[in-house]
Amino acid sequence: MMEIRGLVSHYGRIQALSGIDLKIEKGELVALVGANGAGKTTMLRAISGVQPMSQGAVWFEGQDITRRKASDRVAMGIAQVPEGRQIFGPLSIEDNLKLGAYRRRGPDVAADLENVYAQFPILKQRRDQPAGNLSGGQQQMLAIGRALMSHPKLLLLDEPSMGLSPLLVEEIFRTVVELKAQGTTIFLVEQNATAALAIADRGYVLETGKVVLQGTGRELLTNDQVKAAYLGGV
Amino acid sequence: MKGVSRWAGLGALAVFLAVLPQALPNNYYVDIAVLAGFNAIICVGLNLLIGYAGQISLGHAGFFGLGAYCSAVLVTHHGWPPVLALLAGAILVGLIAFAIARPILKLKGHYLAMATLGIGIIISIVINTEAGITGGPDGIAAGPFTLGGFTLQGERDWYWVVAGLLLLTIWLATNLVDSPVGRALRALHGSEVGAEVVGVDTTRYKVMVFVVSAVIASVAGSLFAHYVPQLTPTKADFFKSIELVTMVVFGGMASTFGALVGAAFLTTLPQFLTVFEDYEPIILGGIMMGTMIFMPRGLVPTIAAFIQRRRS
Repeated sequence: MMEIRGLVSHYGRIQALSGIDLKIEKGELVALVGANGAGKTTMLRAISGVQPMSQGAVWFEGQDITRRKASDRVAMGIAQVPEGRQIFGPLSIEDNLKLGAYRRRGPDVAADLENVYAQFPILKQRRDQPAGNLSGGQQQMLAIGRALMSHPKLLLLDEPSMGLSPLLVEEIFRTVVELKAQGTTIFLVEQNATAALAIADRGYVLETGKVVLQGTGRELLTNDQVKAAYLGGV
Repeated sequence: MKGVSRWAGLGALAVFLAVLPQALPNNYYVDIAVLAGFNAIICVGLNLLIGYAGQISLGHAGFFGLGAYCSAVLVTHHGWPPVLALLAGAILVGLIAFAIARPILKLKGHYLAMATLGIGIIISIVINTEAGITGGPDGIAAGPFTLGGFTLQGERDWYWVVAGLLLLTIWLATNLVDSPVGRALRALHGSEVGAEVVGVDTTRYKVMVFVVSAVIASVAGSLFAHYVPQLTPTKADFFKSIELVTMVVFGGMASTFGALVGAAFLTTLPQFLTVFEDYEPIILGGIMMGTMIFMPRGLVPTIAAFIQRRRS
């Protein structure tokens, strides 16, 4: 479904990614794990088109989208739940969700709203309140709901567990598994490597801008190198 | 629901503008009202950029001045009919704003402020130094505004034209704000990354609003050139830009009627404080600082929130 070849990206003169090759098949849940500053977020931003690429190519469903604008990629079916959620604080929860369907006008928006509300009932209860009043976990749900409103074929999740209590992290990961069961292809970027690899079909380990390991989720979870570096050596 | 309140607001304003001249004792006050109207038109446009899209411009007096001088020069030197000159000015300003918008709107915060400031200053310098065309610091007279044998004469004629244009501008602005474009703009203001990941083409909307607000300023400028007996470069200078931004911030960002109130208040105030004329920049700066510290959302949204709290 998605293939990335030789992706290089810079922040100014600093090279954040140096030649990444990565593949995501339809229906898969692929995790990208790695330490802080390894380039995980940059990777996601490059896929969604928010971050410029210096070299390499991104293919999506048989098309070269390397030069496509971020907004076009959303229309093609790539939705990102950005790091730090980036919800629209002053706008109501419902307006936030409607903006998720920005590239898709029409009557089915109302039906999609109901779907998201069914998934996250708390959002329905507070639909008219400013999104900024929500707790961190609820904001994360809203950010995911907003992304779902665009009917994504590929959902990019950037650190959905960041800053949440263990209980909420569990809930968010349960949601991710549910979304996969519903047929959404998911690319999950996480620092919480144990939790991410436990639910992933396949995973990649990123270190200072390079993929150093890849394999199935189970393989990586039991890999000694990964254990030592990211899973606290247990 | 929103649509209803929009028409109610516009209707109330129309009634107010219709009655206002009866309450003004003489033409001096009508003149102030007309000047307030010109500022309000620019501020409603500028508010789209600052209040809704969250992009600062410290150079809007430049666009106002460009429109004004375009009209004055085309009418006096080349004998164009005022309406055509106004349209030519609007098109020229629109093109200039479009050409510079893409590179400068990539900038954020202080950098964007500096870039727009620079553009405003460049326009102001050109107007001041190209004395052969613009009359330099002495200014230029555009003559009366005529349309098909009809000439606008006196403050009261002008009052109705400016009032009509103000209503039209507010109608356009509120329409834009309540449309999906408006929601995209507010998204942009809330979180630019957030807006991008839901598929808002942020660059395109920023450019669009920049151009719209510049053209509104230009049209106001073109008419203003005919209203004043002598058009001088001070109307296009840096201080004028700051005045406009202060009006928007004071009245209330992201509030179309706030921009109107801010413009009316800050146009009227100096007229009643003429003794303090030399201190006007200080007073203006004080108002700006006071607003930022004590009511960062501006006058109208603060009062609206207060009334709502009282009710519930």
